[in-house]
Amino acid sequence: MQLSEKSRQRIAPWAAVVILVMIWEATVRLLDVPEFIFPGAWATAQALVTFAGPIGVHSWQTFWTTMVGFGIGVVVGLVLGFIIGSSKFLYHACYPLLVGFNAIPKVAFVPILVVWFGIGSVPAILTAFLICFFPIVVNVATGLATLEPELEDVLRVLGAKRLDVLLKVGLPRSLPYFFASLKVAITLAFVGTVVSETVASNQGIGYLMMSAGSQMRMALVFAGLIVISAMAMVMYELFAQLEKRMTAWAHRGQR
Amino acid sequence: MREANTEAPFVSFDQVSLAYDGSGNAIEDISLTVEEGEFVAFVGPSGCGKSTFMKLCTGLHPPTAGSVRVDGEPVTGPLKISGMAFQNANLLPWRTTLDNVLLPLEIVRPYRSQFRKRRTEFVGWARDLLRTVGLEDYEEQFPWQLSGGMQQRASICRALIHRPRLLMLDEPFAALDAFTREELWCVLRDLWESQRFTVVLVTHDLREAAFLADTVYVMSRRPGRIIERRTIDLPRPRELAITYGEPFTTLVQSLRKQIGEIRGT
Repeated sequence: MQLSEKSRQRIAPWAAVVILVMIWEATVRLLDVPEFIFPGAWATAQALVTFAGPIGVHSWQTFWTTMVGFGIGVVVGLVLGFIIGSSKFLYHACYPLLVGFNAIPKVAFVPILVVWFGIGSVPAILTAFLICFFPIVVNVATGLATLEPELEDVLRVLGAKRLDVLLKVGLPRSLPYFFASLKVAITLAFVGTVVSETVASNQGIGYLMMSAGSQMRMALVFAGLIVISAMAMVMYELFAQLEKRMTAWAHRGQR
Repeated sequence: MREANTEAPFVSFDQVSLAYDGSGNAIEDISLTVEEGEFVAFVGPSGCGKSTFMKLCTGLHPPTAGSVRVDGEPVTGPLKISGMAFQNANLLPWRTTLDNVLLPLEIVRPYRSQFRKRRTEFVGWARDLLRTVGLEDYEEQFPWQLSGGMQQRASICRALIHRPRLLMLDEPFAALDAFTREELWCVLRDLWESQRFTVVLVTHDLREAAFLADTVYVMSRRPGRIIERRTIDLPRPRELAITYGEPFTTLVQSLRKQIGEIRGT
């Protein structure tokens, strides 16, 4: 049966997943790796089903803390990016500071957050926020700062105020940058939450993996990994679709 | 409609010079007047400060010396009574043609405060303008779906939607092919004939200047000075055909010769 180019493209990512899982299972079986070291795909799938209940509870915890942290990250990122991007002076003044802040491993913040807020959801939310707002700030600020002077002149000859220029030209023009950064930020937010949960929580997928690992139940640990990446992939795809819909004008070459 | 102000000229430059930085004047000692409803064109070799002249006239840039007055008032900031079109159409890619044309009404007083209430009426204005330039079927298209000529038509509509008394055109047809260019000359001619706004056209196309304008100013090389003011007294309305016959060709020839001499020195 001949498949069209389009449907082949649609099937390709699923095929890649299936092939990877098969290689995984085959490697484990051929090398006869014990399950408490490196469980195969089948053992991991069994763990996923057996512990569906606890996994569900902990994934929900991870999911909502990530989304709250991400939400704060979007708001703060947008506001900061807007402020920094709207003035050349601020852009130059704040950029090195932001880069320096971004270079700090966010896991180093977790102990501080625990001292301030105790263990639980709050450090997880804040770690997710700290790790995900940077790409949003940078993208929004860059989108605004790289505004073509010609487009600006169109409004300036009409006597437009700075704010007019920002709202009518700067903001719409930086939307593609903003949506592109959301895709990066959402996956980073999951990283932040899970990192914090492994260190300072008694809930969430990160905690589940940590405690399962200490009991040598590696299949459950791997089940946790699969769940995190599945959640991140779904959210990524969601924001990719949103991006396509909101900024179709910027992707005209791909239609 | 307009108050006929016969006392003072509509636009007047009095010994205006502008230097962007220490590298000397971009334009120097420019004195001229433009009457309301007049169509003037500026020609000169490239780099002669034609675009600088535009910036001074619209108030985008203040002069270093001398004074610029428009409608009797000294120009201190961007004018509200002017519309402008550039060499590139500069349409906003996220707006449809119609929304691009409506943009000035969202900015310029008094329309901006009435924009929501009078939207249907404003859309009507935009549609009328788009029809006169032959874009009635492209209102809902995005700029990238239009050809260069169509984009430039839309850009001229945008410059006119808020009914400016002064239309500034900065080489608006320079990036178009010869046929489209001549077509748009006629579009501009018809718009001007029917509405009689004041036009300042900057161009390096001598035929364009001679065909459209009442008065052609020839500028020297940098620092730009006005070295000749020539009144074009060809009868109006002018048909495109005149550009291929006498006395039009002789006129363009002599302008051409003058610019050649400037470039030679």
